[in-house]
Amino acid sequence: MTAIAPGTLPKSSPRGNAARARLLRGLLPALSLALVLIAIAWLNPRAISYFGFNLMLNLAIPIALATIAQMFVIAGNELDLSIGTFVGFVGCVTATWLRDAPLLGIAVLLGSIGAYALLGALIHLRNLPSIVVTLGMSFVWQGLAILILPKPGGKAPDWLLAIMSFKPPYVPFPIMAALIIAAVVHFGLMRTSYGVILRGSGGNAAALRRAGWSLLKTKIVLFALTGLFGVLSGMALIGITTSADANIGNGYTLLSIAGVILGGGEFVGGRVSPIGAVIGALTLALAASPLLTFMHIPPDWQVAANGAILIIVLAARVLISRRER
Amino acid sequence: MKKLLVLSAFAAMLASGTALADTSGKKIAFSNNYAGNSWRQAMLDSYGIVTKKAVEDKIVAAADVFTTADKEVPTQAAQVQNLILQGYDAIVINAASPDALNGAIKQACDAGIVVVSFDGIVTEPCAYRVVVDFKDMGKQEVEQMAKFQPKGGNLLEIRGLAGTSIDDAIHAGILEGVAAHPEFKIVGSVTGDWDQTTAQKAVATILPSLPDVVGIVDQGGDGYGAAQAFAAANKPRPTIIMGNRQDELKWWKEQKEKDGYKTWSASIAPGVSTLAFWVAQQVLDGRKDIPHDLLVPYLAFTQDDFEAALPKIKEGGVATHEYTQEEAIAAIKANIK
Repeated sequence: MTAIAPGTLPKSSPRGNAARARLLRGLLPALSLALVLIAIAWLNPRAISYFGFNLMLNLAIPIALATIAQMFVIAGNELDLSIGTFVGFVGCVTATWLRDAPLLGIAVLLGSIGAYALLGALIHLRNLPSIVVTLGMSFVWQGLAILILPKPGGKAPDWLLAIMSFKPPYVPFPIMAALIIAAVVHFGLMRTSYGVILRGSGGNAAALRRAGWSLLKTKIVLFALTGLFGVLSGMALIGITTSADANIGNGYTLLSIAGVILGGGEFVGGRVSPIGAVIGALTLALAASPLLTFMHIPPDWQVAANGAILIIVLAARVLISRRER
Repeated sequence: MKKLLVLSAFAAMLASGTALADTSGKKIAFSNNYAGNSWRQAMLDSYGIVTKKAVEDKIVAAADVFTTADKEVPTQAAQVQNLILQGYDAIVINAASPDALNGAIKQACDAGIVVVSFDGIVTEPCAYRVVVDFKDMGKQEVEQMAKFQPKGGNLLEIRGLAGTSIDDAIHAGILEGVAAHPEFKIVGSVTGDWDQTTAQKAVATILPSLPDVVGIVDQGGDGYGAAQAFAAANKPRPTIIMGNRQDELKWWKEQKEKDGYKTWSASIAPGVSTLAFWVAQQVLDGRKDIPHDLLVPYLAFTQDDFEAALPKIKEGGVATHEYTQEEAIAAIKANIK
């Protein structure tokens, strides 16, 4: 990513290669999603319908939101290992307090976003590795979730249930939601000037500091955005499942990281793509469950096949980014 | 006379109703959230044996098994939704959570699919639940203990996986039993997670701080570990209630041969999965009289009959019982009051 003096520009053919590889990288998330969809359509044509997309993709909405949440910390060169248990915690709050005492519920959820912002500040000020801090926080969120809801149960607020079971004409709700999420975040992070600063804090922090931007502020904003989308993810999840469980989000930590990477993001350098992340989340959600169910794999192999699909999809991504280098 | 005729005609109709397998075109799916321990493996084995035969006998068209990769609720919810899309007529489910799957279960019911849950049951009213009376099992443990230790004394309790309905129910039954037998006192409680290694570690940790105990009440899968912990600490061997695992019954046999050691063993039979399958088949067959909550007995062994059962259990396995269609119909009948 270093600046190249005009005279030393590489010759046109390798540059053309790089451009092609970059295009390929941009298209890969969409391509893998298309592949998975074609496979599903071939295995079970019935699934490619309004009803089918609703069923297959509605659980992908919370995954997409969690992936976006993870994407914000990754944009700042950090990693959040607590997003899964945080989603579970939000789920427990949503299914209990947000329904029975809405004001308390809203206060707790806003407070948890505040906690995320403070976490960002702590990580920046003390120069702590985010992996350690968020791993620790994952146990805090899990513990709080079990305190709020020791046994599975609770019920989602009616307005939330109504939103999540909304059936718009023609376009299935999950697809509409995915488009809206991708568009909003893409505009915010890729098209606004502060979005550039946020990504820059991961790309070249030193330059930003010299230019007079507060890195503390960018980190706080990135973590607060992670908290915000974590809250949205937890609420969406409970709106679909109707009831909560303290362990409900645990799998989201790794899914969200895989989704960001699959969607064309990098662990370092502030290189992320909101649209790619949403597509990556949808691909993972589809590849892991519907595809596997429709393939009729013997039960003994299903768990391994699930892992194999993830590895294949991510390996394709790694191969293409290597060509780019 | 006329009444008799009507009655017999009615009976004939009923009989033909069950014999005429008009479920031969129906497909039943099994959604399972976890396959990582001996009990779940035995459950899948039993299910496989019974359903394979049912498909061969053309009682149902297909009985496919789907296991999720993790114990997560959202994964299983997604799986149930995919099974709806696949066009199954019934779903047998061992659920990851009693409440959090209700959204997906309701969608299945709304799509006209019969849902039968067992072991890990779901609370959605439209689903059927095959429940083992765990509370009675806990109570019975203390009743049996009273036979082996008539003088009473101190008991150690080993609990199962925290936060599950099963652990709750067995624990409640044990407390009820102790209340009815005041000669017993629970002096310690550890968490064994239904796992021999975990139980052994937990018992070994608490053992030095305990007064002498005469008996151990537990939840199955933890008795052998507890015995090992007592042996390692050179403490006198108490009466340990067993849980039908092969290693537990084998240890019991060794002790019995040595000095006539006496105890009792009980657990839920993994083959209850096959009962759930038959319930689904019966509902698909058009039976409307099946209650949504079915209570089935647990599987217990006594001093006299456990040795006969031992050779039939796989190394590292669990004693099980596979239901035939007739047995399932009888079990359903026992629940219709």
